[in-house]
Amino acid sequence: MTVHQLSIFLENRSGTLVKVLKLLKDQGIQLIASTIADTAEYGICRIICSEPVRAFDILRDAGVAVSLCEVFALELDDEPGRAADAIGIFAAEGLSIAYLYSFLLNGKGVLIFRTDNADKARDVIKRNTLSFIPEKDLSKLL
Amino acid sequence: MSYGEYYNPEIETLSRSGIGALQAERLRATVRHCMNSPFYAKRFKECGLTPDDIKSPADITKIPFTTKQDLRDTYPFGIASVPLDKCVRLHSSSGTTGNPTVVLHSARDLDNWSTAVARCLWMVGCRPEDVFQNTSGYGMFTGGLGFQYGAEKLGMLTVPAGAGNTLRQIKFFTDLRTTVVHAIPSYAARIFEVMQQQGIDPRRDTALRILAIGAEPHSADTRKRIEDMLGVKAYNSFGMSEMCGPGVAFECKEQNGMHIWEDYYIVEIVDPVTLEPVPDGEVGELVLTTINREAMPLLRYRTRDLTRILPGECPCGRKHKRLDRMKGRSDDMIILRGVNIFPIQIETVLMGYEELASDYLITLETLDDNDFMTVDVELREGINVDDYNRLLKLEKDIVRRLHDEILITPKVRLVPKGSLPVSEGKAVRVKDLRKQY
Repeated sequence: MTVHQLSIFLENRSGTLVKVLKLLKDQGIQLIASTIADTAEYGICRIICSEPVRAFDILRDAGVAVSLCEVFALELDDEPGRAADAIGIFAAEGLSIAYLYSFLLNGKGVLIFRTDNADKARDVIKRNTLSFIPEKDLSKLL
Repeated sequence: MSYGEYYNPEIETLSRSGIGALQAERLRATVRHCMNSPFYAKRFKECGLTPDDIKSPADITKIPFTTKQDLRDTYPFGIASVPLDKCVRLHSSSGTTGNPTVVLHSARDLDNWSTAVARCLWMVGCRPEDVFQNTSGYGMFTGGLGFQYGAEKLGMLTVPAGAGNTLRQIKFFTDLRTTVVHAIPSYAARIFEVMQQQGIDPRRDTALRILAIGAEPHSADTRKRIEDMLGVKAYNSFGMSEMCGPGVAFECKEQNGMHIWEDYYIVEIVDPVTLEPVPDGEVGELVLTTINREAMPLLRYRTRDLTRILPGECPCGRKHKRLDRMKGRSDDMIILRGVNIFPIQIETVLMGYEELASDYLITLETLDDNDFMTVDVELREGINVDDYNRLLKLEKDIVRRLHDEILITPKVRLVPKGSLPVSEGKAVRVKDLRKQY
């Protein structure tokens, strides 16, 4: 139901993102999806990658401010309206989304998100028999 | 109406030998009076000093120094030389590290303080016809009530406008025909900026002519710039709450050094390391002894301000010595927008957060003529950085608690651990990039 995601705290300075990506590259870690949320003073870079636990250790040991977290990952059919349906269910249950991003993997849409209430989200996914990704390391599905 | 040039002609033009004689007498009386202070009685006993040892102002070196720490240690009333029922006013320093410093005044002290401020304002041309607007914060900050009482004593219509609300300040300038303003230099510049936005030309639309500026370090260039902006003469003011507040020293119309009133204070400039006196003209730490104070005289108080005595006589006719503008501090105190701040205060707040690591950087800079403080703080390793709202809340909470502690609102920036500069193995804590410091 959840997958591993790296969340990286970045200063708004040139070169900080490159440093992180290079560390991952040098260790053969492959990116599957990434997104950056920016604020005036810093950015939070969120990455789904191969071997997330090893990637976390690499970054942490290099002094990068990184967290390894679990985020919900729903699998959607690759056709119009599926994201609206899924998010509509959460909205109807009164769950709000902190952040969300999506990508295609093996012909399926993947919706990654974090909510303000993980237990309730789990319950909603079960009750509505929404299709989710069972594997914490997405690269194993590649 | 025509007035004389001096507010207290006899005292202001007293000869050097006259000042010396007055100081000898007042110093002796002060030391005798200090025997009533539990703090000084004990200290005199420890060093075997008696009032009879003080025969001339030069004997002052027999007296031990008093420090800010002494004021904290005797908080709140332990250094006073009169019983509390003789005291009518209390002021406290802006710093809140450990115990604050408390300064007590008797009714006579307030009267003397008002006279000193009135004398300063008269010296730069203020007269009873003037309208005086004070943009200082009132309350514990002595720039408020200190100028209020002095300006009233001189006989001016005195407007206690208080700090901030620049639009209202400007409305009062134009409506009340304010002629004299007291402001810290950065605020004077801010007033001009807002006047420009409002289409107000200070020369055309106001009657402003005199500005008293002080409470934060500024250069001769800054003063000139402010004078040009507002079309006024700006005079440097020096004071500190421990000595009473404003009125300790003030520039005359020559604008070349601040006359320190030697019927109130004995001035020494010492080497901050050896504590030996330095000759006139050389920079050292300013040490002041109050000789005209009842409730809480302070002997050889180490102000931590670095300055020098300007050698030579002033053409204005006053024989009281002149202090050069302040050159900095012999400790790490920061003066920002008139507020005294010690880095340790900021550090203490930051160390209260388990989300933060131990390194931080205080940056002081000038933006659009306003001075700002930014505090960069490192996040501790291992904290959850995925939750943006939590980081935002943390940042806001730090800002609020810093404001409670240092009374100004800094900008707080969270940075990753290891990203702050380190020089020679020692963390750099304060970076001062302010214009013309």
